[in-house]
Amino acid sequence: MKTRILGVVALVAVAAASVNALFIVPADLNQGDAQRIMYVHVPSAWLAYLSFGVTALAGVGYLWKRDLRLDHVAVSGAEIGVMFTAFAIWGGMMWGQPVWGVFWQWEDPRLTTTALLLALYVGYLLFRRLTDDPHRRAARAAVVGLVAAVDIPIVHFSVEWWRGLHQGPTIGSPERLLDPAAPMQFVTALLAMVGSFTIAWAWLMIRRYQLARAEWQIEDRARRGSVAEARQAALATRRAEEVAR
Amino acid sequence: MNDVWFIVAGYAVILGGLALYAATLLRRLGVARRESGSPPDHGEDRE
Repeated sequence: MKTRILGVVALVAVAAASVNALFIVPADLNQGDAQRIMYVHVPSAWLAYLSFGVTALAGVGYLWKRDLRLDHVAVSGAEIGVMFTAFAIWGGMMWGQPVWGVFWQWEDPRLTTTALLLALYVGYLLFRRLTDDPHRRAARAAVVGLVAAVDIPIVHFSVEWWRGLHQGPTIGSPERLLDPAAPMQFVTALLAMVGSFTIAWAWLMIRRYQLARAEWQIEDRARRGSVAEARQAALATRRAEEVAR
Repeated sequence: MNDVWFIVAGYAVILGGLALYAATLLRRLGVARRESGSPPDHGEDRE
């Protein structure tokens, strides 16, 4: 019931923040209305970081505790993170064409490292399909998830480490939050969208985790069933051999 | 509103994608719960 309430709250919050971002906040003087895309692009990027961070931490937790529930958290984070990374890239492209004049530029470090992040975690999800043994899969996936997580700080700091098309952070630190490089009305709209997207993320994470648990129950039952069948078949063969003697 | 189609495309894909993923997730969860023999709300808020 609590999860359902969270889902309704997420729906209302995302709808309200979207109406505010699209129709209430004024357009940017330089970028025009295209700047409104930032209100969905930035939260998507933040949630991609958060999701993959959760995947990495849950992976470390699994390697330490060997608890499959942590692996289920990890896969939930990876799947949802892939979705938000794709959204961040899409939003960036839709903003880039009217403002930069191009949808994409491979020379830009932020764009390229984000594309790499997407590829790494799609790879993580595919890699998980290589083995049926749940503990072996969880351990291998945890290592892959940790290696892939190295790209998260690279993506984030790429705008400070290298020069490219992508601008630097508007709100990069707590001090910057109080003195942002954008009007307060824009920052408030952005934070409202970040908050509403984060509530939606929490709901998605809970539901995806529940799905991972249910899938594991099916998998576990099938494994036990096949072991029991194999035992019965071996017993039947032994009995037949004894009768034949 | 200028650049309207870019804004429509940006929001439609992101918000629509979010809604589509949520709906698909609920459907997958329903199927998995039926197959696993768990009641619809089994462990919903306890796990």
